[in-house]
Amino acid sequence: MLEIDLHKRLRDFDLDAKFQTEDGEILMLVGDNGCGKTTILNMIAGLLCPDSGEISLGGETLFSSDFNVNLSPEDRNVGYVFQNYALFPHMSVYDNVAFGLKARKHSKEEIGRRVEDQLKAAGLWEMRETKVIDISGGQKQRTALARALVIKPSLLLLDEPLSALDTRMQVLMRKELKEQILQCGVPSIIVTHNIRDVDALGDRLCFLDSGKIVFDGEAKEAIYEDILFKES
Amino acid sequence: MVSSQFRQKLGTRLGKRRHTKYKPGILRLGLGLLLILVGAFLALPVLSLFLKSYAGFSLQTLKDPMVVDALSLSLFTSAFTVVVVVLLGTPISYVNSRFDYPGKEVIDSLIELPVVMPPAVAGIALLMAFGRMGVLGQYMNAWGLSIAFTTLAVVVAQVFVSAPFYLRQARISFEDVDLVYEEAARTLGATPVYAFFHVTMPIALNGLISGAIMTFARALGEFGATIMFAGNFQGRTQTMPLAIYTAMQGDLDVSLCLALILVALSFVVIALVKMFTRRRIPRHVRN
Amino acid sequence: MVLLASVLIISVGICADEPELIVFCAASLTGAFDEIGQMYEDSVEIPVILNFDGTQAIRTQVEQGAYADVFVSANQKHMKALMAEGLVNNDSVVLFAKNSMVVVVPKDNPASIDSIDDLANPGVKIVMGTKDVPVGSYALLVLDNLASDPNYGPDYKDKVMSNVVSQETTVAFVVSKVALGEADAGFAYQSDVTSELSKRVTKIEIPEECNVVAEYPIGILEESDRFDEGEDFINFVLSEDAGAILENYGFQPI
Repeated sequence: MLEIDLHKRLRDFDLDAKFQTEDGEILMLVGDNGCGKTTILNMIAGLLCPDSGEISLGGETLFSSDFNVNLSPEDRNVGYVFQNYALFPHMSVYDNVAFGLKARKHSKEEIGRRVEDQLKAAGLWEMRETKVIDISGGQKQRTALARALVIKPSLLLLDEPLSALDTRMQVLMRKELKEQILQCGVPSIIVTHNIRDVDALGDRLCFLDSGKIVFDGEAKEAIYEDILFKES
Repeated sequence: MVSSQFRQKLGTRLGKRRHTKYKPGILRLGLGLLLILVGAFLALPVLSLFLKSYAGFSLQTLKDPMVVDALSLSLFTSAFTVVVVVLLGTPISYVNSRFDYPGKEVIDSLIELPVVMPPAVAGIALLMAFGRMGVLGQYMNAWGLSIAFTTLAVVVAQVFVSAPFYLRQARISFEDVDLVYEEAARTLGATPVYAFFHVTMPIALNGLISGAIMTFARALGEFGATIMFAGNFQGRTQTMPLAIYTAMQGDLDVSLCLALILVALSFVVIALVKMFTRRRIPRHVRN
Repeated sequence: MVLLASVLIISVGICADEPELIVFCAASLTGAFDEIGQMYEDSVEIPVILNFDGTQAIRTQVEQGAYADVFVSANQKHMKALMAEGLVNNDSVVLFAKNSMVVVVPKDNPASIDSIDDLANPGVKIVMGTKDVPVGSYALLVLDNLASDPNYGPDYKDKVMSNVVSQETTVAFVVSKVALGEADAGFAYQSDVTSELSKRVTKIEIPEECNVVAEYPIGILEESDRFDEGEDFINFVLSEDAGAILENYGFQPI
């Protein structure tokens, strides 16, 4: 379970985020561009430092301004699928997925086994030697997800995971994404501004407006009550 | 088939027909001429070198001790210079590409200085700093360490004048590596050092290599600072440019031979730099 | 474009009209000929343009086509070479001054050199000219003479040569490196130790029987189209007034 309570002063407004996500639950973080959604993800991942607050994951404190705790990103075990994937361009599919395990100094046998399982599950085993700059959008998305999942993260963060794909691909990948995440069984936060994503993927929804959470509840409820289209 | 009536109507509706004010033909001719002139100006000295030396050149000259000494000394010192510059300059360039710190402006200007400074001035400056009576040199001398007139001095002079070429290029190459790649690496469990060696450097590598090649070329051609600070002694400090200058006043054949070698090396450098800057890794796309 | 062309044409025109004398001169004569040139200029009102460098350097420039009216060499060898190549008007060549070699050390004498014997001490840093520049070839001659002298012997020459750390292309560099204190000793001309310089260097004399006499020839180049002015200048250099200046600078006028 993830509990966060963060405060950060940004250029145009103050960001206040307080919510929690259960294991196996998918939380959708929704809002207009520039409202602070990606900033929240980055703070959870440890790439950005909040001004004050607390982040705890599965009982472990990742960040606490009161107790002066600030774990580095590499120690937080958070899987992050970036917008536009950030696949390492000089590497193949295999090497991209294997990267996290190699960085954590797992044994060669274990790396081989886990990467193979992950790639086969994602249908990428055939193209494991292909350079990531040569694969299609959908394949890139799968690779990015596989790369994040193979390290067995305690939390999954996805920043607009489908926005770079064309509509047809999006439909296909939504189903796949949901399956993969559920299989993983960890809390997940998906940032999106696409209603269909909310509908297909989300259990809960947090609506962010200029740094403040103005709705926190069931995804279905949000759609039903037209929260997303309300004027702020 | 457009009737003349229609054409007339069209003409009046479009208004008066205008002609392009300049003649494209003349512009092209002018530019073409300019290209030829500039090309000829640049090519003539190099061609002349080949033409003039063809008569007196023989493979025997390559065996002349002056040539052999100068060639091996130049290659050794320039290579050593590149190693020093890359080892020390890479972390500095990375820091400069990612972080801001007090005094960064000053450091940036200092890095540019040797490029703008005339080499002879650099030579005098090095003497004033590291020479026997130099600001630092006098203490080094007390400890028995004197650099002037040694091969080390050659390397020092070369490092001083050629380091900026690598530092600039490396910094640009690192800046071109999207931060998000490093961020992704960190979330996957990589320490900053691991991320640097396994993600940042490979992506920046082409630029780093071309920077190193330019450093090598600059070090190879260094003359003014070397002759002032390191002196001119065959086998110890007489690099190829110094040998060319010295020999020219006595043995033109040796001079031309060395000049030809340097020209050939210059072409190799250009080809290598082109090769390494052509293969570019695509940048990460952000919305 | 038209403006640029007209400026170029006008400047060429100006050059062609003004009479002037271009003198290529050995570097060791820098101070002396600056004064001589000025004096000559003042008396005949023809500008004298001086180009100083190691004799071998200015010789190469002439051989490669640089224009000059008068050539002043620090040794016979280079002048004779130019004469053999037909670049000098042979009849105009005349010796006008003599010089001899001396060893200079920095004022604070870091290597404690009291006589030329000390030059053979291990670790002494000596600078001299390259074998092509007159001050260098004279120095080698001196060392050869010393090698033949039973008081010193060939061993002495070897030790001294192994102490040489740099060969300069002009005497000016030899002197400056010693004056700066970078080198322990240098082979230069007597004339180099001017009153200015003796504030920073000390002379170590070379035994007279082993020293060389440097002879300075002056001549008019074949390419010159100011033969009369050139001749006039040479006559001035041979005159008593110029002789006094040469003596001031440590040369012996002939």
